Amino acid sequence: MLRLELTGIRKEYPGVCANDDVSLAVAPGEIHAVLGENGAGKSTLMRIIYGAARPDAGSICWNGNPVTIATPEVARSLGIAMVFQHFSLFETLSVAENIWLGQRGSERLTDLTARIQTASKTYGLELDPERPVHTLSVGERQRVEIVRALLTQPQLLILDEPTSVLTPQAVQKLFATLRDLAKTGCSILYISHKLDEIRQLCTRCTVLRGGRVTGVLDPRGETERTLSRLMIGSEPPAIERATAALGEAALVVARLGVKPNAPFGTELTNLSFTLRAGEILGVAGVSGNGQKELLEALSGENPATHTGAIELLGREVTRCLPAARRQLGLHYVPEERLGRAAAPSLSLAQNTLLTRREPVGRAGWIDRTRLSRLAERVVARFQVKAPSVDAPATSLSGGNLQKFIVGREIDAKPKVLIVAQPTWGVDVGAAAQIRAHLLELKRNGSAVLLVSEDLDELLQVCDSLVVMARGRLSPRVSVGAITLEQIGEWMSGLWPAEAVEAQVA
Amino acid sequence: MLDLEPRAEPSRAMTLLSPVFALIFTLLVCVSMFLWLGKDPWQGLELFFVEPLSSPRALAELSLKVVPLLLIGLGLALSFRTNVWNIGAEGQFILGAIGAGGVALLASERTSAWVVLALLLAGTAAGMLWGGLVAWCRDRFNANEILVSLMLVYIAEQLLSYLVHGPWKDPQGFNFPQTITFATPTEIPRLFTGSRANAGMLVAALAVPLVWLYLFRTHGGFRLQLSGLAPHAARYAGFSARRSLWTACLISGGLAGLAGALEVSGPLGQLTTHVPVGYGFAAIIVAFVGRLHPAGVVAASVLMSLLTIGGELCQSRMGLPKSLTAVFQGLLLIALLACDTLIHNRLKLVRTARAPAR
Repeated sequence: MLRLELTGIRKEYPGVCANDDVSLAVAPGEIHAVLGENGAGKSTLMRIIYGAARPDAGSICWNGNPVTIATPEVARSLGIAMVFQHFSLFETLSVAENIWLGQRGSERLTDLTARIQTASKTYGLELDPERPVHTLSVGERQRVEIVRALLTQPQLLILDEPTSVLTPQAVQKLFATLRDLAKTGCSILYISHKLDEIRQLCTRCTVLRGGRVTGVLDPRGETERTLSRLMIGSEPPAIERATAALGEAALVVARLGVKPNAPFGTELTNLSFTLRAGEILGVAGVSGNGQKELLEALSGENPATHTGAIELLGREVTRCLPAARRQLGLHYVPEERLGRAAAPSLSLAQNTLLTRREPVGRAGWIDRTRLSRLAERVVARFQVKAPSVDAPATSLSGGNLQKFIVGREIDAKPKVLIVAQPTWGVDVGAAAQIRAHLLELKRNGSAVLLVSEDLDELLQVCDSLVVMARGRLSPRVSVGAITLEQIGEWMSGLWPAEAVEAQVA
Repeated sequence: MLDLEPRAEPSRAMTLLSPVFALIFTLLVCVSMFLWLGKDPWQGLELFFVEPLSSPRALAELSLKVVPLLLIGLGLALSFRTNVWNIGAEGQFILGAIGAGGVALLASERTSAWVVLALLLAGTAAGMLWGGLVAWCRDRFNANEILVSLMLVYIAEQLLSYLVHGPWKDPQGFNFPQTITFATPTEIPRLFTGSRANAGMLVAALAVPLVWLYLFRTHGGFRLQLSGLAPHAARYAGFSARRSLWTACLISGGLAGLAGALEVSGPLGQLTTHVPVGYGFAAIIVAFVGRLHPAGVVAASVLMSLLTIGGELCQSRMGLPKSLTAVFQGLLLIALLACDTLIHNRLKLVRTARAPAR
């Protein structure tokens, strides 16, 4: 008897069909992958299973009985637990208190603490229930969420992109836990777009593309190519990396320190690095380790709070505001596309005005023809799919909007480009295109700083890497000289301090 | 249980039509209220929407109400678009009147007619001062501009009261709290003989395209709107939030002050404690009913003036209380907000789900 069986699920949202005739069968004790690109309909399907959305058509069977899962509460009472990609934990409370808050009934905190300890021992998830959450690393926080889910003794555990916040070592640890859990009979639905992980962990895999199932297979017997073809309809485009002639130092950061401006923010201490023209330097690391603070310091949004010095093309800019830095040739693509890199309700043309001043004439008059032409140029050059440059930013898909934003900055011929998570939530085709544009920019002699959580991406496009952990930067290594395992170790802040520095120089 | 669920894409047409629906709803309530009070609803509606438009004299009176509402409404629309919630235009209006009154007191019958210009400038500057205080409190102390601007209204009222009871009191005024009637040159020129409509209309008519151009055709206006629409994007672009705050407060304060000055050099001709009649608050409704757009503000200010005059007519002709105006104006705003809510969300009936037995 199947643990969970979905047949003919259909869910439409205004304008898009998120799921069309989707069927999914999960056996007890099976680790079942749901593979698909962003926007393929994975999240909608999970929301349906977890009772957060109602299907327009189709049926759900649970342990052989037809059920209607109207709310997450119903799902939980059936024995379905979910670990979301974004955690919902209170920083100021302890681990046990956080779990306690989500519990129903009248269990005493001390009893729950004991249960947490037993559970974390059973599944090999080390966790100190007394520790306040803000002292935990991201991996540990995820463990809290998993333990919280396991305490309900689920028969089906859903994990949504769980490895995006983990170091390679932590990923292996998580996989071991999940395998143990599956042996006890608990089914696991593992949502991901990372092919290697799925091939490693899962015994069955349902592939979604454009809201439809394109294949159900055993991923262990497949190559990444075949899986990729099912997922995106083609093989992943190859990227050509070429080395460019190294130029002068474009961005020199010396002893940069930033006090956190939000509670539980990361304090940056003593960061130094040099970015030279004609190179792409990657900043690896699990997000939340100070990347946000570093990017804010480099873009100049809060220049009053830092110590140390930032030199841009030979000019001291430590106290300069974003506009002044931009004028000197430093452009920046932030992580959040909507609301930060672009105003959602404004048109593409108007959004061009955020960082471009060419269409602004004397006394601040906007030359609307020039503005439209500039936006049209960006749209054409970077193959942005948009009805027109008057379409609001929200009407574009994530990938197209990101192409537009990256295009807007690259089109300005930046001498230094800082990019944060440029392909996060972007479909594979657009991601490849964006990476190719970054490489082209480098070839034309610009300096690029790429902050990303995606190790594959960093290894693909960067010349050298630094790793960021707990507000500090590792020494710099060239991409060829480091293994994935080493980066993983460095991501936890364990780098040999002096040894590598000598190697770099 | 009823729940609100956001719509994926609110209809553009509906967003523009929302004020029309709000007006229709207000009228329906209006009619039923007349019926309930035992009055003829048609006569009531005629007083609101026909009588004030029926003669040149009536139109001139209408213009006197439209001008201040329009000027203040334009400033507020700009300010609200910037996400600066200046709700104290009434106070800035009073300060404008005081500023203009101060200059008018210096004038005599032999002063040049250009003194009117000085009057208007002084009023605008005084309004900007009051608006600037709001910006300063928010900028320097991070004080909430909604509270500060509202509180400053009461200070402005007290200031006006002090002046007309004290230093500026007319010595021959039988101790009434009022200034002298200002000298003739301080009067703004009238447009037609025998009509009270004055050149203030031209000032207001000029302000509409100017505000529109500033908002939609200049980089400065773009910066203001961006800090309202997406503050993070404005920060990313490097547009100064402080600058937006000051610009919005100074422009909206200045326009309200100008409205106050026009009132002094137009229909009032002196300062009394009755200078504030609620234009500053009514203009908040004008700005929202006008969709924060200069063209919409023109239509909304005419509508709100009709409601004001209609309310006065109802009082004199039908023996209804004058607070009827406030009721209808308030209804209009509430209906508009309700329409907007329903345009952006849909109502959903939510059944409380029961968990099945294990």
